[in-house]
Amino acid sequence: MSLLVLCDHDRGTLDEASLEALTFGRSLAATAGITCEAVVIGAGADTATALLAAHGAQRVHLADHDVLTDYGPEAWGETLTQLVRSIGATAVTACGTDRGNEVLAHVAARLDEPFVANCTDIDPGDAWTMTRVQWGGSLLEDATLDAGTRVVSVAHHAVEPSPAEEPGEGLVVPFTPDLRAEVARTVVKDRVVLTQGITLATSPVVVGGGRGVGSEDGFAQLEDLAGVLGGVVGCSRAVTNNGWRPHSDQVGQTGTRIAPDIYIAAGISGAIQHWVGAMAAENILAVNTDGEANMVAKAGYAVIGDLHKVIPAITEEIARRRG
Amino acid sequence: MSEFPNRANVVVIGAGIVGSCLVGHLARLGWTDMVLVDKGPLPNPGGSTGHASNFIFPVDHNKEMALLGEQSANQFRDMDLSVDSGGIEVARTEERMEELRRRMTSARAWGIEAHLLSPAEVGELVPFVNDDVILGGFYCPTVSVVDSLETGTTMRREAIETAGCQVLANTEVLDIETIEGAGGAATVSAVVTDKGTISTEYVVIACGVWSNRIANMAGATIPLVPTVHQMADVGPIDILAETNNEIGYPIVRDMDSFCYERQSSGSMEVGSYGHRAILHHPDEIPSNEEAALSPTEMPFTPDDFDDQMEQAIELMDMLGEAEIRYAINGLLSLTPDGMPCLGETTEVRNLWSAAAVWVKEGPGMAQVVAEWMTYGYPRVIDAHGADVSRFYEGERSDEHIWSRADESFIKTYGIVHPQEQWAGRRNIEVGPYFSRQQDLDAMFFQARTWERPQWFGSNADLVERYGLEERPVEWDNRWWSPITVGEHLNLRENCGLVDLSAFQVYELEGPGAVAFADMLAVNKIDVAVGRSIYTPWLTPDGGFHSDLTMMRMGEDTVRIVTGVFDGGRDEFWVRKYMPTDGSVTFRNITRQVTTLGLWGPNAPAVLGQLTDHDLSQHGSPYGAIVPVQLDCGGSKVDASLFRISYVGDTGWEIYTDWDNGPALWDAVMAAGADLGIRPTGGGVYGTSGRLEKGYRLMGAELESEYNPLEAGLARPKVKAADFIGKEAYLAAREIGDPEVLMTVLTVEDQTDSHGRQRFMQGGNEPILMPDGNRIVDSHGRSSRVTSAGFGPSVGKHLLMAYLPRELAVPGTDLQVMYMNDLYPVTVASTGAVFDADDTRMKS
Amino acid sequence: MRILVCVKRVPAPGSRINVTPDGDAVDTAHLGFTTSPHEECAVEEAVQIAEQHDGEVTVLTLGPAESEEQLRYAASVGAHNLVLIPITEVDWDPQRTASALTTAISGIEAADGTFDLILFGNESADTGGFQVGIRVAHALGRPVVNGIKGIDLADGAASARREIDGGFEVYEVPMPAVLGIKEGINLPRYPTMKGRLASKKAEVSATAVEAAAGGQTRVRLHRPLEQVSETVILGTGPEAAPAVVDLLEELGVLS
Repeated sequence: MSLLVLCDHDRGTLDEASLEALTFGRSLAATAGITCEAVVIGAGADTATALLAAHGAQRVHLADHDVLTDYGPEAWGETLTQLVRSIGATAVTACGTDRGNEVLAHVAARLDEPFVANCTDIDPGDAWTMTRVQWGGSLLEDATLDAGTRVVSVAHHAVEPSPAEEPGEGLVVPFTPDLRAEVARTVVKDRVVLTQGITLATSPVVVGGGRGVGSEDGFAQLEDLAGVLGGVVGCSRAVTNNGWRPHSDQVGQTGTRIAPDIYIAAGISGAIQHWVGAMAAENILAVNTDGEANMVAKAGYAVIGDLHKVIPAITEEIARRRG
Repeated sequence: MSEFPNRANVVVIGAGIVGSCLVGHLARLGWTDMVLVDKGPLPNPGGSTGHASNFIFPVDHNKEMALLGEQSANQFRDMDLSVDSGGIEVARTEERMEELRRRMTSARAWGIEAHLLSPAEVGELVPFVNDDVILGGFYCPTVSVVDSLETGTTMRREAIETAGCQVLANTEVLDIETIEGAGGAATVSAVVTDKGTISTEYVVIACGVWSNRIANMAGATIPLVPTVHQMADVGPIDILAETNNEIGYPIVRDMDSFCYERQSSGSMEVGSYGHRAILHHPDEIPSNEEAALSPTEMPFTPDDFDDQMEQAIELMDMLGEAEIRYAINGLLSLTPDGMPCLGETTEVRNLWSAAAVWVKEGPGMAQVVAEWMTYGYPRVIDAHGADVSRFYEGERSDEHIWSRADESFIKTYGIVHPQEQWAGRRNIEVGPYFSRQQDLDAMFFQARTWERPQWFGSNADLVERYGLEERPVEWDNRWWSPITVGEHLNLRENCGLVDLSAFQVYELEGPGAVAFADMLAVNKIDVAVGRSIYTPWLTPDGGFHSDLTMMRMGEDTVRIVTGVFDGGRDEFWVRKYMPTDGSVTFRNITRQVTTLGLWGPNAPAVLGQLTDHDLSQHGSPYGAIVPVQLDCGGSKVDASLFRISYVGDTGWEIYTDWDNGPALWDAVMAAGADLGIRPTGGGVYGTSGRLEKGYRLMGAELESEYNPLEAGLARPKVKAADFIGKEAYLAAREIGDPEVLMTVLTVEDQTDSHGRQRFMQGGNEPILMPDGNRIVDSHGRSSRVTSAGFGPSVGKHLLMAYLPRELAVPGTDLQVMYMNDLYPVTVASTGAVFDADDTRMKS
Repeated sequence: MRILVCVKRVPAPGSRINVTPDGDAVDTAHLGFTTSPHEECAVEEAVQIAEQHDGEVTVLTLGPAESEEQLRYAASVGAHNLVLIPITEVDWDPQRTASALTTAISGIEAADGTFDLILFGNESADTGGFQVGIRVAHALGRPVVNGIKGIDLADGAASARREIDGGFEVYEVPMPAVLGIKEGINLPRYPTMKGRLASKKAEVSATAVEAAAGGQTRVRLHRPLEQVSETVILGTGPEAAPAVVDLLEELGVLS
């Protein structure tokens, strides 16, 4: 009886989301009275085993196959399905990232089991009851899960990753799935790197602009501030709709979800679409002419004023202090 | 953020165009300790202002709306938050072309530049209009587009800077508390918000579509309903983008599709008043947080807009390929009679309404309310038509408001006849003779809630008897019948019985009743018991508030009889000023008393069959009230005979208990059977009989902008007792001859440019100099027709109008404009044109 | 080129979503409805592909009868065929939905031929199950990739781009294929007035489909506890800059 946690790695380096999933999975397994096991897919994952053990993995399955040299949703889904069947896992989970949810959906389809995405809390009983995210986080759903194998993902940022008080054994178990050539049809063929360095999703500082910026040119001041802070510029949906910034800069439910140390939201009213993409920020500083704007009310800090005066002043002040 | 104010002198609820302008105007008038509260954020708190189309067409047939629209447009201009885009109303039908000619007439009345355009001329101004589908246009170059949100901000800033007004956004009003004030009247005491409670002297509700809900919190009503007006922003469109400004082409109102097309930068806003009436209860309006856009930008229901879309494309081809980028079911306020709700609420003292006001009238209406609160009555214009106290109980229910809004929404761009009657919500209040009148095939006109016969179908034979004809043009004939002329001539020849049950009758009683009555009235009320007094009530500034009859019924009893159109306002005026020491009690006895008017040369002979009382001018003198018993089919009925006349022939207003009404009607009709009596309608009583005698009517000739001297109703002496408006009245008398005088004019030739006889309706048609110039006095008051109607006994169409004194001389030749044609008129009199020395009435 | 897009009618709420008193559903009494944003982009993508490859776009939805509004909207921006699977419940669970869609798609394909591309939204805006497209693809035996923000078609294969941190992954997926589309792949056009009027006349074929309920059952919806926080106002206008920079130093982002 075990809970299998899918962990993702990049040449042996685990990402934060995987540790969230493991932290969640280990506690869920403990409550359910089953063992917590991790699986990593693809070559070069062996260096991650210690960290996985430290986060509570009793066993670490290292799945590898020629087809698994790069990511492929069908190949990963098939691999995980075979592993679940092979070890008789009663539950399988991953973090609710693009990949996590995608692979688990493949697993659920193959097992003909339900898949409950983006849970924030699970109470494992005979029938599991859980709370999951709807509407990008503005609504929660209580649900029950009736399944032979429970397939669930944990909402990203729902738990803080932490090492287990009692580390797992971390017993490494290699696994070679039996993959038909057909699953290779959806394997990544190429990768294109667009920007060097920091991205919107990972930047510690994001300077966001909304309708209040007024024009495409108006973003230059935001670029300047982001530049001196080593951050990037984001924007609201209204800005994208106006064609002032590309969609890749959009912070929001249907854009990018950000989690910076500070999010400087300039001229953004704070519609829910935007807010659910920004709410994971550690700190929010709103700059708005309207002291009563939604964003100001939700932010920890605010400056009331015209962003076109406030933002350059901040940039100058930073330059002044740095001499 | 500053501290929450626990006390204020006045709390204004609602920071849209009205509330924001109101605090600005109050500040200008010296008010301090003001708090402006809104549940939404600023500058757009989410009400109707935020999605307004923001244009002002200055021409309106209604005087209050036209002048306040112009006043507002000028305030926007003064703040430099307005641009004159010009605007064209286009016609697709001949009927609409006629309406545009009527608008030309109103434009002249208010002195607004306007031109009738051919389709090609429309095309020159707006090249993307398909001139094949239109017959012409009405162009007004001073149509303006304003920035309503910035105007609100500017006015708030002025109030903050000059009067320390505190503005609380995102603060929701949860309750309005009242206390029992002097005399037991509920009086405002505090506004409870989600951030705290503010105790206050005054509260003004400027909450647009939410106003009735907020008023209900205090136990008051502001009769309006949130109503959908659909609009869609379509674009981008190159020809519009090329103007490089907010608006470079005149706004086009496609009147016959009930739509407008207004440039908004690179796109076109298409707005519709042509869809089904979509009404919402205020509780159905989402909060700022719940709304996808703003609370009053409700989800668009495209099915309702499709017909308008097709017609818009028909008018402007380019719209077909334009993308629908934004579309809403925008909410605005509709009232039962289409007019705003201004003034103090009738139910709660110091609780004021500034509601059902659109952006186009916002600053002007705010000024009206600010002046009203400051001076006791507005100064900038008479606003009786917008006075929230005009509504009777029966007009304040949701059932009534919804029915009226449902019926009137489509009339927003409609062609509305001055006499147009409502189809729904009829027979709310009927007199005791109603079934008898139905049997006589009466044509009922509704006065507010009351049904009154305008003429009787049963009198159709009079048309033949007097050789009468229909009017040649349908518009003049609409809501009119030659029967009314027949009834008039029969009254003059024999006699007529007129149902006056809609009179609003009040009684003041108690040791202070006479003194209080004297405080209300210009003329002396402390007269002998049994005498009646026809008198103006003035505003504090000395203009007309009311014009009515008061009767000294007893030592300590004064009866007030007023017209049905003014009852609500007059009752409120009484209650507002009534002593709070208990020395006077007020009773509304309208439904206990009924009145029949019996007039004509045979009236004494008819009435003489019911009583032995001396009915000569000795036994029943003019202006006196005598109690009698009338023999009604064998039973004795107590009645009061009030010898008076509003039609110019001798006779009485007969007052009796409501329940005795039917018996009285039957008895009088039976007694008159051989003396030519006919039931006679309001067409004679209110129009033809009255006009021949030059009698003034409250709300038409008599408004707060005019005083008794100008109206020709000043008496030689002023009573010693104090009364409201006395100081101003004395000052006006001090000045001497008034600048203008009320006159009756005769139309000398009614032939229009198509050779047809036309009949002016009394809808503010301008009186012009022989050279065509407007006549305007030093106060800016223009000479216009206040009442009009055919005078059967003088054989001429009669008009009433104020004229400068030098023109108000019998024999002066002038012109009147009607439907954009000019007609010669002659000043006939400043009094009566029929039986000027009242021989018929007083003999 | 035959393209199918599966869309979902969802409420268009404001910044606060209310739930019905029994917790069964979003309180939509005063809300408008729209097509889930990812799917709106999927429709646009399908229309663009159809325009380039002489294709035909069919839009399919499973939902209440009112979902016809979303189908007609799709027609107003260029979709050709509209198919509705009417249901009377508030929502079907993902397994049941996928099963019904599979049945319906198989039926359409049996009659009119295979769809070269079937597009789904990456996830629905409301329930966010992240699985229906993948389940349908699995049931139809077709390749599927989610999170697609770019498509190029050549030689019977779809080159599909998926955004990742710092760039994108490229998949070469042989057609017939299923793709989960993400907003940002395009800027969907708005309907023109003529398009809207034409869509009124479009035919909507309704196909009733039954499917067994899956193992995930909704108990109730509720709103997360709101964190009430006092906003610290650092100042007004540019004079606030020093206070802001103090804060940035304190947070350690000025290194």
